[in-house]
Amino acid sequence: MQRIMEYLRSLLLLELLKGLSLTMRHMFRPNITIIYPEEKTPKSVRFRGLHALRRYPNGEERCIACKLCEAVCPALAITIESTQRDDGSRRTTRYDIDLFKCIFCGFCEESCPVDSIVETGCLEYHFENREESIMTKEKLLAIGDRFESEIAENRKKDAAYR
Amino acid sequence: MSTQPQKVVETVNIEVDGQAMEVPKNSMIIEATDKAGISIPRFCYHSKLSIAANCRMCLVDVEKAPKPMPACATPVMDGMKVYTQSRRAIDAQHGVMEFLLINHPLDCPICDQGGECELQDLAMGYGRSVSRFSERKRVVKDLDIGSLIQTDLTRCIQCTRCVRFLDEIAGTNELGMLGRGDRSEISTSLAQGIDSELSGNVIDLCPVGALTNKPFRFSARAWELMAKPSRAVHDGVGSNLWYHTRRGQVMRAVPRDCESANETWLSDRDRYSHFGLNAEDRVLEPMVKVAGQWQKVSWDEGIRAASDALRTAITAHGGAGLGVLMSASVSTEEYFLAQRLARGLDCPNIDHRLREQDFSDDDARTGAVAFASSMTAIDTADTILLVGSNIRHEAPILGQRVRKAWRNGAQVAALNPVDWNFHFSLSTKIITAPQHMVTELAAVAKAVSTITSKEPPAFLKSALGEIQVGETHQAMAEMLLGSDNKMLILGQTAMAHEQASWLRQVSAWIAEACGADLNMVPDGGNTTGAAMAGALPGRGVGGSETDHGLDAREMIASAAKAYLLWGIEPEFDMANPAMAAKALVAADSVVAVSAFAGEGLKANADVILPLAPLAESEGLFYTFDGQSFAVEQAVSTSGQARQGWKILRRLGAELELDGFSHVDSATLRDEMLAQISAASYTSKDVELTPANSKGDLYRVGDVPMYAADALCRRSEYLQQSVHAENAFVGLNPDDAGSKGLVEGREVKVSQGAEHIMLPLQICDELPVGAVWVKSATTVSSKLGDSFGRISVEAT
Repeated sequence: MQRIMEYLRSLLLLELLKGLSLTMRHMFRPNITIIYPEEKTPKSVRFRGLHALRRYPNGEERCIACKLCEAVCPALAITIESTQRDDGSRRTTRYDIDLFKCIFCGFCEESCPVDSIVETGCLEYHFENREESIMTKEKLLAIGDRFESEIAENRKKDAAYR
Repeated sequence: MSTQPQKVVETVNIEVDGQAMEVPKNSMIIEATDKAGISIPRFCYHSKLSIAANCRMCLVDVEKAPKPMPACATPVMDGMKVYTQSRRAIDAQHGVMEFLLINHPLDCPICDQGGECELQDLAMGYGRSVSRFSERKRVVKDLDIGSLIQTDLTRCIQCTRCVRFLDEIAGTNELGMLGRGDRSEISTSLAQGIDSELSGNVIDLCPVGALTNKPFRFSARAWELMAKPSRAVHDGVGSNLWYHTRRGQVMRAVPRDCESANETWLSDRDRYSHFGLNAEDRVLEPMVKVAGQWQKVSWDEGIRAASDALRTAITAHGGAGLGVLMSASVSTEEYFLAQRLARGLDCPNIDHRLREQDFSDDDARTGAVAFASSMTAIDTADTILLVGSNIRHEAPILGQRVRKAWRNGAQVAALNPVDWNFHFSLSTKIITAPQHMVTELAAVAKAVSTITSKEPPAFLKSALGEIQVGETHQAMAEMLLGSDNKMLILGQTAMAHEQASWLRQVSAWIAEACGADLNMVPDGGNTTGAAMAGALPGRGVGGSETDHGLDAREMIASAAKAYLLWGIEPEFDMANPAMAAKALVAADSVVAVSAFAGEGLKANADVILPLAPLAESEGLFYTFDGQSFAVEQAVSTSGQARQGWKILRRLGAELELDGFSHVDSATLRDEMLAQISAASYTSKDVELTPANSKGDLYRVGDVPMYAADALCRRSEYLQQSVHAENAFVGLNPDDAGSKGLVEGREVKVSQGAEHIMLPLQICDELPVGAVWVKSATTVSSKLGDSFGRISVEAT
C-alpha cells in the first residue's frame, strides 16, 4: 500500500520542484563570486601561507638557530645549519624550507620561541623551476621584510587569543 | 701478584617505597635506589666523585626523620624506611627546583645543553610553569678557559661537579668556588685556563649548560645526532666513546662507560681529535706524482702505480729492496694483510715500532700483549714504579688510574729523564739524563738482587759489577719488595730510548725478582694487534718465528729501494726524521697509503692512496692488556678514500699474491683470528751488548701529547691548547750556566749534520746532561734521533 502511495507521489515531481525552489531562492540572493585577483576574500589573521623569517625593529634577525622548528616539522621540510657568529651569538648559516615538502601545518610558527619563522598571509607565489621550491634564508628574510607590517598587525590582532 | 682476601660486605635491610632491599652498610640511600632502578632526581651527586650534597635535589622522606634528607649523603641504617614519592619528598624537590630556577636563565633555545640538559629534564617534572621570582636575576661573567671548553657561568647551579672532578680525578685543582650564597661562583684560581689532559670531562659532568664543548658550540642539537659506538685509538687504552654524527659527519665525541678501560672518562685527545678528520690536507683521491707534479688518478691507476713500484723494487733487488713501515694505530686486519703482502713478495722488512730505536731484545719477546696485568689492576696496586714514563701524556686514562691508586694509598716511584709534573706525588724518584737511565735502573736491580739474593741473568750480572747502589736505589728496591700488588710501568720514553732493550730487560728482571707485573706503554693505539698479526720483523702471525727482516730503524738506515708507508708521516712518526727523509729521497719509489698528505709526504712519496681513518673504517683492535675490540664504521668514507683492508686486498690481487680474495671483513677477521690462535709465541734469551751511551749532552725527545698521530696533529682545537707544539730547547740551569746560554735566546741545536735554531728555556725539572727537544714538532722534524747525542751552542 505504502509503495503504491510513494509511486503516485513521485508522479507529482515534488523533488524536482523542491530543487528548483532552492535555485529560485539563490537567484535573488546577492552574488558572492569575487573577481580574483582584483577582489579577494578576507583571510584569518592565523592564515598559514608563505613562510617568512622576521627581524627585530633594529634590523637584527630574530632566528637564534634553536632548531625547534626543524625538530617539530612533521614533513622534515626544514634544514638548518648553525654556528657561532663573530659577535658570539648563535646564528644559522643555512635555513632552508622545501615548500614541496611543507604541508603548511604551522608547527614551525608555534614552536618558535622568538617569533622568527612565521607563515604570512601570502598565498600567491609560484615556481618555474624545481629548485626554486627551496626557500633559503635570504629569500625568507626578504619575504619577512616585505610583509613585516602585515605580520605584526596580524600578531597584534591574534595576541588576545593566545 | 698475590690474591687479595675477599672482604665480607656487611649489609643492612632497608625499605624504599615499600620495596625491601639489602644494601651494603654505610652506603648512601641514592646508591641503593640507583641499583634498584628507583629514580631520584640529582644534580651534584656523581658515583665517581665525592659527595657534596649541595644541590639538595635528591631530598627524600625518611621515616622518623624530622625533615627531608638528601639521599646522596644519608647513609642507610638497618630498618630505615625511605619514601621517594611521598608528599613531603615531592614538595621538597619542587621547592628546591624553584630555588634552582631563580637564577638560572631561561635561554634554553640558545643553550647548547638544550635537549640533553639534566636541569631542563627535571624542570619538566618538578618545575612550575610560571616563576614567582620577579626580582633581578644574577649574572656571572664568563671565563676564557682555553680552546676546548666554553663557559657560560650565569647558567651554573653550583653543583661543584667540575670542581670535584678536577680536584679528585684530574688532580689539577684548577677550578674552585668563590663567594657565598647567591654570590658564589665557579672560578679558576689564577685566571688561567684549564690545562688538565682530562679537562673535557667537565662538559659531560656539568648538569646544565655552564660548561659546554667549545669546538662543537652551536653546531648541532642533541636530537639531530646519531650515536655510533666507537673507540679511540690514540693510545692502547682503547677508550670507549660515542661518535655523534649528523648527515655523515662526526660532530662530537662523548665517552661511553667501560669500567675495564676508560671508566666514564675520556681524554681530551680522544674527545677532540676527530676535528682533524676534515683537515685541508686530507687525501680524498688516489694521486700519482708525474714529473714532480701531483696528479689525481682513478683507483685502478693508483693501484697499478703502487703495485708497479713495489714489483719493480722486488724484481730488481729482491726482498731487501722493500721496506714496509706501518703506523702503530691501524687495525689488526691491516697489519695482517700488510705482512702477508710483504712476505708474499719475499720481503721480511715490516715494522710498526717507528718511534723506537733499539730492537736488540726482539727475540726475547714473550708475547704480543704489552701489559702483564690488566689496566684495572693499576687501581689496586700498592706500589708502582714508572720507568721512563710521562704517563699523564702518554695515556691520560692510565695516568688517571695511577692517580687513583695513589689516592688509595699506593706508593709511586719514578725513574725518568724529566721531573714531569704528575698529578700524584712520587715517594721516591730518580731524575737522570737518558744516558744514565740504564745505569740507574741497573743499580735498582742490584739492590733488589742484594736484598733477595737472587742471581741476575748473565748479561746484567757483568754490567752490575761497578755500579754503586745509592740510598734512592735501595729505597726503590725496598719499596718494590715490601708490598703485595706491585707493578713496573715502562713508558714511551723508555721504549723510545736508545737502549730500550736494556731498560726492558732490566725492568723485566726486576719485575720477576720482585714478583711484580711489567706493563709497557708503547707508542700507538694498536701495538698489541700489530704484534699479534705479525707486523714485526722476524715474527709472523701470532708471534711465530719467520725470516728475520730489518726493523724500522734498519730499514731507513739501510736505504731500501722502495718503501710502503702505511698511515704515517715520516717526518713526525719516525724516531729519526732526518735519516728517514734521506732514505725516502734516496729511494726509487715511495708508496704512501695515508689519510692525510702533509708537506713531507707530498715531497717524498710517488704514489699516495687515500686511506680511511678510523671513524670511517672498521677493524679489530687490541688494548694494552690484550682485550680485543671491534670498531664499527661510524660514518661513510669521504671522497675516494677506502678502508685499509680493501686497499691491501686490491694491492695483493694486483701483485698476483695468494690470500687476498676476502669478500668481507668478517671472513678476513675469522681467518686472521684462527691463524693468531693457532700460532705459538717463542722466545729465547738474548745477549745484549753492554750499554754504551756516553757524551755529555743527550736529547730527551718525547712526543707531545697532541702530536701523537696524524689525526691529533690536525685537530686545530687541540693544537691551540697549552699542550700543543711549543718548540723550545730545555736545559738544566747548570748546563745552561756552564755554556753561558741565556734563557729566551735562540740557540743552535745540532745532531750530526742537522741543526736547528730554538729558543732556550731553562728547566728545573731537567737533570744535568739532558737536553729537552720534543720530537714530532715541525721544527724538530729536521733533527735526528729522538733519544741520542745532541749539542747545544750559542750563536
